[in-house]
Amino acid sequence: MPLSWNGVMVLRLAIVVVLALAGGGWFLTRPVPLPADALDGLIGDAANGAVIFAASGCASCHTAAGAETEGLPVLAGGRSFASDYGTFMAPNISSDPEAGIGGWTDLELASAIQRGVSPEGAHYYPAFPYTAYAKAAPQDIVDLIAYLRTLPADASPSLPHDLDLPFRFRASLGGWKLLFASTDWVVPDPVSPEVERGRYLVEALGHCAECHTPRNALGGLQRDLWMAGAPAASGPGRVPNITTGGLSWSVEEVAEYLKSGFTPEFDTAGGEMVEVIKNTRQLSDADRLAIASYLAALPPLGPDS
Amino acid sequence: MMSITKAFVLSLSGLAFATLAHAQSADHSGAIKARQAHMTLYGTNLGVLGAMAQGNMPYDAEAATAAAESLVALAGIDERFYWPEGSASGMAEGTRAMEAIWADPEGFSAAQEALLVAATAMAATAGTGVEGIQAGMQAMGGACGACHQNYRVRQ
Repeated sequence: MPLSWNGVMVLRLAIVVVLALAGGGWFLTRPVPLPADALDGLIGDAANGAVIFAASGCASCHTAAGAETEGLPVLAGGRSFASDYGTFMAPNISSDPEAGIGGWTDLELASAIQRGVSPEGAHYYPAFPYTAYAKAAPQDIVDLIAYLRTLPADASPSLPHDLDLPFRFRASLGGWKLLFASTDWVVPDPVSPEVERGRYLVEALGHCAECHTPRNALGGLQRDLWMAGAPAASGPGRVPNITTGGLSWSVEEVAEYLKSGFTPEFDTAGGEMVEVIKNTRQLSDADRLAIASYLAALPPLGPDS
Repeated sequence: MMSITKAFVLSLSGLAFATLAHAQSADHSGAIKARQAHMTLYGTNLGVLGAMAQGNMPYDAEAATAAAESLVALAGIDERFYWPEGSASGMAEGTRAMEAIWADPEGFSAAQEALLVAATAMAATAGTGVEGIQAGMQAMGGACGACHQNYRVRQ
């Protein structure tokens, strides 16, 4: 008999709790920031940081629609994301010293981005894709931080998430991270430098898999079904399969789509992908081709995978 | 015996009921086909311009202008018969039209108006060279995408 929605939720919670205990309890599931010397000797380059910012899609979640000052994104947060767990609210990460990240150290910011740990030492929810950013090069993270500090300040306070009861306890996220946060590449042996660059853009920065890969009952990505398409996080419909088992476009056609939003039939992107293309159109042609080459090199997965 | 007036009123209300019942279970497949054909026509004309913009077809000022002017004509068509109530995804078969089209008619017509503006700008520059098409394609992509973002259901 299929479990009811509530049944699934209770089961998920129970599994998280049991695993957290069985995994060694508090010690193994405690929030672990980056080591104190993680950024030693690195100097941020805001110009490259702007590229990392676009490639990582930060603005898609952390700006309200169209929020700009003199062409620069205002990272005041406020966008809401409905999910099976409740509604997540993107926080203010503008340079405001009180409401945003202006008062954080570089190391605190890097720990948030790459470890999902707040300056106060709490776990972040993985709606923030730190599991992808964990794979990013430290230099790129330092560059990104330098760029974030150049963006406008906004004093709007972050809004709290509105989550269902079992998910309000951040301690259980330690168990989740233990199970699902991995810095192993999904494609271990890229066939060319171009595919390797694409792998970095897709797996570490672009976090495409967050929507295009299905999740298990605990919300972890199913790495064996990488990019095979998934039910939408909210609302009807599916996020498409973008392996060659589901997408028959050429590498050049995928790169063009990431630039202009036009499909080979001159239909256009819709839904959340419109926001994604606002980011990918800022990348170089070479980087868009690298993303497309990486996708073309993935194992083809059929619609029934 | 029933008066003539009463019989007349009864038969009228019967007719009204039948009309209403018909409207509720109306077959919208014609309207859905029409709007999808309209989208295909956008694609055909954008395909000519896009192929030139991407260097897959030699630039031809006359063909580019013809395609762009067709886009203007298409964007200017009165679409009132394309979008009958009850023809949203979830209510009718074979459509991805979102209920927001009917819930937010001002937003939807603003999005259509933005497409007409983009197409008109394209028609003004398409005959001037490949760069004129490329700029126009970006604006067209923005206008198409804005509507598909808010008014079309995922596949």
